[in-house]
Amino acid sequence: QDAQEKDKAVPPERAEEAKLKAKYPNLGQKPGGSDFLMKRLQKGQKYFDSGDYNMAKAKMKNKQLPSAGPDKNLVTGDHIPTPQDLPQRKSSLVTSKLAG
Amino acid sequence: FLGAGGGNDIQWCFSQVKGAVDDDVAEADIISTVEFNHSGELLATGDKGGRVVIFQQEQENKTQSHSRGEYNVYSTFQSHEPEFDYLKSLEIEEKINKIRWLPQKNAAQFLLSTNDKTIKLWKISERDKRPEGYNLKEEDGRYRDPTTVTTLRVPVFRPMDLMVEASPRRIFANAHTYHINSISINSDYETYLSADDLRINLWHLEITDRSFNIVDIKPANMEELTEVITAAEFHPNSCSTFVYSSSKGTIRLCDMRASALCDRHSKLFEEPEDPSNRSFFSEIISSISDVKFSHSGRYMMTRDYLSVKIWDLNMENRPVETYQVHEYLRSKLCSLYENDCIFDKFECCWNGSDRQVESFSLIVMTGSYNNFFRMFDRNTKRDITLEASRENNKPRTVLKPRKVCASGKRKKDEISVDSLDFNKKILHTAWHPKENIIAVATTNNLYIFQDKMN
Repeated sequence: QDAQEKDKAVPPERAEEAKLKAKYPNLGQKPGGSDFLMKRLQKGQKYFDSGDYNMAKAKMKNKQLPSAGPDKNLVTGDHIPTPQDLPQRKSSLVTSKLAG
Repeated sequence: FLGAGGGNDIQWCFSQVKGAVDDDVAEADIISTVEFNHSGELLATGDKGGRVVIFQQEQENKTQSHSRGEYNVYSTFQSHEPEFDYLKSLEIEEKINKIRWLPQKNAAQFLLSTNDKTIKLWKISERDKRPEGYNLKEEDGRYRDPTTVTTLRVPVFRPMDLMVEASPRRIFANAHTYHINSISINSDYETYLSADDLRINLWHLEITDRSFNIVDIKPANMEELTEVITAAEFHPNSCSTFVYSSSKGTIRLCDMRASALCDRHSKLFEEPEDPSNRSFFSEIISSISDVKFSHSGRYMMTRDYLSVKIWDLNMENRPVETYQVHEYLRSKLCSLYENDCIFDKFECCWNGSDRQVESFSLIVMTGSYNNFFRMFDRNTKRDITLEASRENNKPRTVLKPRKVCASGKRKKDEISVDSLDFNKKILHTAWHPKENIIAVATTNNLYIFQDKMN
């Protein structure tokens, strides 16, 4: 009787898939697939439009440009990334702690 | 004899741990690669901050016959720096993806280190003497007034404190549009390959301004992209043969003698999928994160999210052995997808062997979560789970095996799946090429374990 029940049980992967689809009904139809791959290929891509930046600066010549919220990578709406917002990419001048 | 089974099972003991104790880990300190050199005397690590640290094993000491030499810092240098490609608006991380050592040909040591875009050949050399007694210079470097020189002497070399210097000898740049995931030195010791998501290039170690493209899987229309290259390695003794793995769980073996561009594989290794088991996660968890040839090159090992598979190069349609690393995670895939852990790239390695003989490829090792790592003995089919933790750090005390309770009642000393710490992942491990010494990297610490001698 136990064996029969096991056959009817949903394989764990399918059960997990059902959970995910319940949370995110609009999740891509293609399993795995291009979305992940495109995201992987675009790692490191930063977007900055100098035209938008200069126009925004001109429009608000007397005001402060809106500064980045907590998520500095978020570029939406009126927020134009400014040089002050970009995280400083300095190399590590500190020796690795493995060598300490 | 390595892992001969029965009474000869390896008993692992803690030997050393390197790195800071604090819980607040700086991004730069995250270890991204670990590699022993060919003799095992040197152990290199690379980190997210672009730094390389090399440890050297102490010479064995007759009074310390109970343990093999300890590893101490030998050299450390900044291999790669962060860059910004203005033309493409692309931020290039300095993280060291892979380090590969060249076999030693003279007094100096050479290694290749790579980030996402640039491979560098580093020379590590020792200086233990310096010339003294110049005629025109004082010892501190100041120039002497030539009119005060009345006699001549011949400068001589005198001993000085050992200085280890690392210098970049070759920079192999601008050959990869996508992110480099692998480098592999050919058995001819003259050429090496570098692989990114869509292409594999062949280089000569002496030539930096030219590289040959040997694999290109970029589709004409990027909308048709279905798989990427995840790892690549040259065969250990056939210099025209290499393999590359994909995000769809396949491995292709290519022979460079067949054509200049190896877009058509010579062999395709793929395990048929059970269609009734297919789910949204199937392809993601089948993605191969590492591929390693066995010592003789007769077999190869691949690591996907949940298992390690051993393939016989003579059989393409399925692996000859499959070992489950953490099958209990199959019923956690939903949350592992949500926290991105399902994309973690675990590496795997063979036990060390100084002979390229098949009978010596006996044990495979790979990492897991909660700072656990696993070993599988191919002969006895036994496996063990160990933990890299500062709590077990008494030298010569055998590590206690760990057990994860997948479901049901948890026994004493077992840990339940829901208590596992998914932030403590062991992605990188290495096995000394000749001895039973292993290096295991947690997020920011390097553990060295040895087998109990005597």
